[in-house]
Amino acid sequence: MTAPTQLDTGAGDGGRHQDADETASPRGILHRLGSITALYTVAVFAAEVLFFSLRASDRFLTTNNLILTAQNVAVLTVVACGATFVLITAGVDLSVGSVAILGEVVAAKTIINAGGDGLFDACLGIAAGVAVGWFVGIINGVGVAYLKVPPLIVTLGTMLAGVSAAQIITDGVNVPNRTLGGLGNDRIGGVPYIVLVGLGVVIVTGVLLHFTVFGRHTYAVGSNAEAARRVGINVPGHLVKVYALAGALSGFGGVLSLARFNTTSIGGHQSDPLEAIAASALGGTSVFGGIGTIAGTVVGVWIPGVLRNGIIILGVQPYWQGIIIGLVLVGTVWFDQYRRRAAVGAAGQRPGRKRIAAMRASRLATRRSQSTHPPTTTKQEGEP
Amino acid sequence: MTTSSTPVLEGRGLVRTYGTVNALQGADFAVEAGTVTALIGDNGAGKSTLVKVLCGVEQPDGGEIFLDGEPVVFRTPMDAHRMGIETVFQDLALAPHLDAAGNAFLGRELRRFRVFNATRAMRRSTMKAFTDLGVTTVQDVSAPVMSLSGGQRQAVAVARSAMWAKRVIFLDEPTAALGVVQTRRVLDLIRQIRDRGLGVVLITHTLPDVIDVADRVEVLRFGRRTATFGIADATVELLVSAITGVFSNVAAEAPVDVTEIDVAGGGR
Repeated sequence: MTAPTQLDTGAGDGGRHQDADETASPRGILHRLGSITALYTVAVFAAEVLFFSLRASDRFLTTNNLILTAQNVAVLTVVACGATFVLITAGVDLSVGSVAILGEVVAAKTIINAGGDGLFDACLGIAAGVAVGWFVGIINGVGVAYLKVPPLIVTLGTMLAGVSAAQIITDGVNVPNRTLGGLGNDRIGGVPYIVLVGLGVVIVTGVLLHFTVFGRHTYAVGSNAEAARRVGINVPGHLVKVYALAGALSGFGGVLSLARFNTTSIGGHQSDPLEAIAASALGGTSVFGGIGTIAGTVVGVWIPGVLRNGIIILGVQPYWQGIIIGLVLVGTVWFDQYRRRAAVGAAGQRPGRKRIAAMRASRLATRRSQSTHPPTTTKQEGEP
Repeated sequence: MTTSSTPVLEGRGLVRTYGTVNALQGADFAVEAGTVTALIGDNGAGKSTLVKVLCGVEQPDGGEIFLDGEPVVFRTPMDAHRMGIETVFQDLALAPHLDAAGNAFLGRELRRFRVFNATRAMRRSTMKAFTDLGVTTVQDVSAPVMSLSGGQRQAVAVARSAMWAKRVIFLDEPTAALGVVQTRRVLDLIRQIRDRGLGVVLITHTLPDVIDVADRVEVLRFGRRTATFGIADATVELLVSAITGVFSNVAAEAPVDVTEIDVAGGGR
């Protein structure tokens, strides 16, 4: 009779306390905390708001300043929501800034060529800007999913090509256009339209990610693409849709930027992709895929937004913000991962490895001997 | 055991070649409803290939597959899924960031208004299915699978297949990485599934498990079935001699009475 593996299974239960471990769930609480991965980010955000409130409450804590900040982060919010989807699939989209530029250029040109100032022309421009983003997104998606080129490379390519295309369309000269100015700057009940539009995008993408089958498949593809494929999910097709969504949102972000500044900004948006990734990461999205929330991303957008605003109010050199954001970004993600590793052992990011090692070891052991057991032990993976 | 006259799934003369390697050379295989059939054989005997062919992952180069006596062709794993055939591969194929319910329904989500996840309904159904199967170790079907232990993950993967299988479940080394208690739980789960009238195919190297849970044994060697017998007279020694080719009761060899077999070659 084999004494089948006393080897630990990666289950961390070698027979001693398995019942307690397998049924009790201290980890139940942990995972609920884990589902609010932005918890630390929220703390950072609160600390930041508190700091500026104490230092300059008269100018910082005003409705007008709040609205101004919201207006300033609106474009990045829209872009970052799309980037979050891509990151959850374990991909990355460096082209969002270029696509935003392309979006605003195409929107401006379309409006001008339509000859107009009317609502119809404005809508046409918006649609064109979104469509061109969607199109570039499909190129990204096809490159990643079907041509199997790494996302970093594909989107680097479209990033370079996107700016180039925008320069060709405009001969390298920015196109001023005021048609969408109302969307970017007018207010309703004291709230700028652009803020409401940003909020709308947050709600729609949040529902899409967290409550629809599409969203769940997005997590599944990022979590274990092979598992998704085996249950019949069209993984490449889904990736194309995700990149197309990110592209469309980037194009729309460009349209909003045009609306806000009444001109295209070919030289701008350079740091958009990195800011979008930073916002997602700050908000708890894992660059390894499978984890992320829209709410977290929104907080991740607001942290640099408020910092920029507060620094200016305090009269500190604005150039400090890069250093501060960089530190906060790395610090938050480090702390989050540290906590997770402590909570679920090494299983956190890569659940596979130790398990497979344990399987190999145990099979070897079973084969090697029918009655005795080599004193091999593998480390525990599962329980705290 | 409840045995029907017609096997629920049967392969006849299956051939599968990879380049110059003949993984299957006319292999036969049958599994009956309501029985656990152990598929054993040494490494390279063709077990994995046989399973892949029978569950639609790979296409046979020759031979036929019969489902309830009718010839079928599985072009994709989804074809097999639709016919009620599920497979638990060794890597389990779970999405670690999704919860047990999310994994159980992955790709077959219950929906509301066509696009929304019916999350609560899926959790309820999963909980019920797990309870019915006696899976007591997974209490919280809303916990991400990556927070579960190896034994719990195995239970989730097997239970998921049991939820969807209508005819046959293939289990590829389900106990390979498990401790004593976890192994016993998986074997209990296998009996539970069998008692529902499904055909269970257990691929394993752990021979005591075979003795413990299987009703029938089919032995593959060099891509052919070389032995098939009921578990009643089987011992670990007999299984070993069948795997190593000392014992054989089908194919070219004349049928041998199991009870008379000399098992001297049984050590390994």
